[in-house]
Amino acid sequence: MSAEIFALELKDLHKSFGKTEIIRGANLQVRAGERVAVIGPNGAGKSTLFNLISGRFAPTRGEVRLKGQRIDGKKPYEINRLGLSRSFQITNIFPKLSVFENLRCGVLWSLGYRYTFLKFLANLEDANDRAEALMEMIRLDRKRDILAMNLTYAEQRALEIGITIAGGAEVILLDEPTAGMSKSETTRFIHLIREVTEGKTLLTVEHDMGVVFGLADRIAVVVYGEVIAFDTPEKVRADPRVQEAYLGSVVAAQQAGEGH
Amino acid sequence: MANTYYEFKPYNVGRWVIWGLYALILACAPLVFTSSLSHTMLSQMGIAIIVCLSYNMLLGQGGMLSFGHAVYSGMGAFLAMHTLNLVTKGQWPLPVSLLPLVGGVAAMLFAVVLGWVTTKKSATTFAMITLGVGELVWASALMFPEFFGGEGGISGNRVTGAKPWGITFGPQVQLYYLIALYTFVCTAAMFAFTRTPLGRMLNAVRDNPERVEFVGYNTQMVRYIAFVVAAFFAGVSGGLAALNFEIVTAEVVGGQRSGAYLLFTFLGGATFFFGPIIGAVLMVLAFVLLSEFTKAWLLYLGLTFLFMVMFAPGGIASLVMMNLRVASFGRLRELWVSYLGLGVTGLSALAGAGAMIEMVYHLKLNAALGPELRFMGVPLHAQSVDSWFGAGFLLVTGVLLFELARREYVRQWGETQEFIEKEIKRREMLI
Repeated sequence: MSAEIFALELKDLHKSFGKTEIIRGANLQVRAGERVAVIGPNGAGKSTLFNLISGRFAPTRGEVRLKGQRIDGKKPYEINRLGLSRSFQITNIFPKLSVFENLRCGVLWSLGYRYTFLKFLANLEDANDRAEALMEMIRLDRKRDILAMNLTYAEQRALEIGITIAGGAEVILLDEPTAGMSKSETTRFIHLIREVTEGKTLLTVEHDMGVVFGLADRIAVVVYGEVIAFDTPEKVRADPRVQEAYLGSVVAAQQAGEGH
Repeated sequence: MANTYYEFKPYNVGRWVIWGLYALILACAPLVFTSSLSHTMLSQMGIAIIVCLSYNMLLGQGGMLSFGHAVYSGMGAFLAMHTLNLVTKGQWPLPVSLLPLVGGVAAMLFAVVLGWVTTKKSATTFAMITLGVGELVWASALMFPEFFGGEGGISGNRVTGAKPWGITFGPQVQLYYLIALYTFVCTAAMFAFTRTPLGRMLNAVRDNPERVEFVGYNTQMVRYIAFVVAAFFAGVSGGLAALNFEIVTAEVVGGQRSGAYLLFTFLGGATFFFGPIIGAVLMVLAFVLLSEFTKAWLLYLGLTFLFMVMFAPGGIASLVMMNLRVASFGRLRELWVSYLGLGVTGLSALAGAGAMIEMVYHLKLNAALGPELRFMGVPLHAQSVDSWFGAGFLLVTGVLLFELARREYVRQWGETQEFIEKEIKRREMLI
C-alpha cells in the first residue's frame, strides 16, 4: 500500500448488473491537480466508472477514495459535499430555470446556505457574485435571464460545466463534455474547460483523440471493465496493448478466454 | 401556443403596487359587497386562498402531486377547534385570534411525522403515498369519535376568551378582517418562500431531481422541509375555517376536500405564484353559488377541469400572463375581435349544452315537478321536441362557429407570437 494520498483512488473496483460484470477490478491513482483523460472503446465501462465514483451506483466490491477518504457507497450529495463534482454525457441542467438560477443552484450548498428558507436569495451577495462570475467564465453572461431550455446545444453544454464547477469541488469528472459538438466548437470548448478547471483534478471521458492528447497529463485506457494502461499520452500511444484494444482484438481475445 | 414557463417574478417594477392593491382588495371587499352572504363567501375565499397557495408549494413549486393535502388543513382545524373549546372552558388563556397559529403548528407536527414517510419517494409513488395517508387519517376519523366528533363533528363558540378593544369576532365582518389579515400575511410569507434558497432548490428538485443530488442537496430533505412548511400554512387555513364555521366535521380531512384543493389550484394555474388565488376564489364561487344555481354543478366543474387540462394546462393564470405578454408588445388590441367571436360562439354552445344537461337532470331528479323548468330565464319543456331541438341547434351551431372562430384565433395568435419572438431577438441584438 502506498503512503501517498491521492486526489482520487480506485482499488479493485467491481460492478455487476445482475450477472453481467461491467467493471472488473479497476485500479486508478490520480494525483491532485492532474488532468486525466479516460478513453476506451464503446461499452468499456467508462461511464459506469464515473457513476461509481460519483455515487450514482454503489460498487459491488472494491474501494473508491477521495483524498484518502472512502466514498464508495455514499450518496451523490454526500460525495459532492466532500469535493467531487461531475457533469453528464446527456445534458443535465435545470431546463425551466434561467442561466443565472442554474448556476446559483450549483453554488448554494457549498456556501453553507443548505436548506434555509429564512434568507432571501437576492441578499446572498457571495452566492450571487459567484454565480455572476461563473456566468462570465462560461461566456454566458449575455444570456443571464434566458431559460436554460432555450439555449443552443453548445451553450447548454457550457452551462453543464458551469454547474459542475460551481460548488468549487477540487475533483471534477466530465463525462464526454464535447459529445455532439462540431470540430470548431470542440476546440473552443476544450480551451474553456482548461481555463475553468485550472488547478483542479480533472477526469474526463473523451473520444476525440486530438483533444485527448492536447488536454491530458495522463491517459487512462479502460477496456472491458479494467484500466489496462495509465500513463502519459506519448507512452499510451506507443503501448501495443492500447493499439490492439482499439482494433478490438484484445476485447475479443479476453471474451473468448474468460467466457463464463 | 408555446408552453412557456415564467419565473416567479412577473412583477419587478410594480411589486409594491401589486401588493398594495392586494391589501386594498382584501380590506375593501366587505365594504363593496355588503350582504351577509358575500361576507361569508369572502371569509371562505380568504381561507381557500391560504390553503390553495400552500398546496401549490407542493404542486407548482415542488412538482409534488398530493392527494392528501386536506389531512393537514383538516388536522389544523380539529386541533384549533379543541383548543378553542379549552379556551372556552378557561383552561388555556389564549386569544382567539391566535388559534389559527395553533392549527398551523399542529398541522406542521403532523407533517413532521407523516411527511417523512410521504416525501421518501417522488412522482407517482409520492402521489400514491399521499392517497394512502389520506385514507389512513380518514379511517381514523371514523374510529376515534372522541377526537373527531363522529357524525356530528366538533363544535365550538368563537366568541370567548379575552376581547381586546371590544373585538369579539361575533359579527362575520370582524372575523373576515382577521381572515384577511392572515391571508395577506400568509400570501406574503409564501411568496417570500419562493425567493429563498430552499424555495429555489424546490424548483430545481421539481425540474431535475437527479442533478440536484450532484450539487450537494438531498432531494428528499428538500421535499420534506417544503412539505412541512406547506402543512403549516394549510393548518393555519384549517384553524381559520374552524373559527369561521364554528364546527369541524370529519369531511375536512377527506379525499374529496383534497381533490378540491388539487382541482382548483390547477384551474387557477400552478405555474404562477398567484394562480391558486384565482383558483381559490373560483372554488368558493363554485361551492356556494354554482351549487345553489344548479344540481349539475359537479358535472360542470368536471367538464371545466377536463377542458382546462386539455387546452390550457397552465390554468387561468397562464392565460392571463400570455395575454399580458401580448399586451406588453402592444398587440392585444388586434385580438379582441377574435376574443369576442370566441366568447359569443362559446357561450351559445355552452347555453345549448347547459339546457340539455339541465333537462336531463330535471327529468331524472325532479320528475315529480312535471316536465317544465326554467333555464337562464327561458322556459323549457323537458319532454318536448321543440326544447331539445332548440338546445341542440344552439349547441351544434355554437360548436361549429366556435371552431371557425378558434381557427382564425389560432392563426392570429401564431402570428402575434412570431412577431413577439422576432421583437425579442431584435431587442437582444441591440444590447
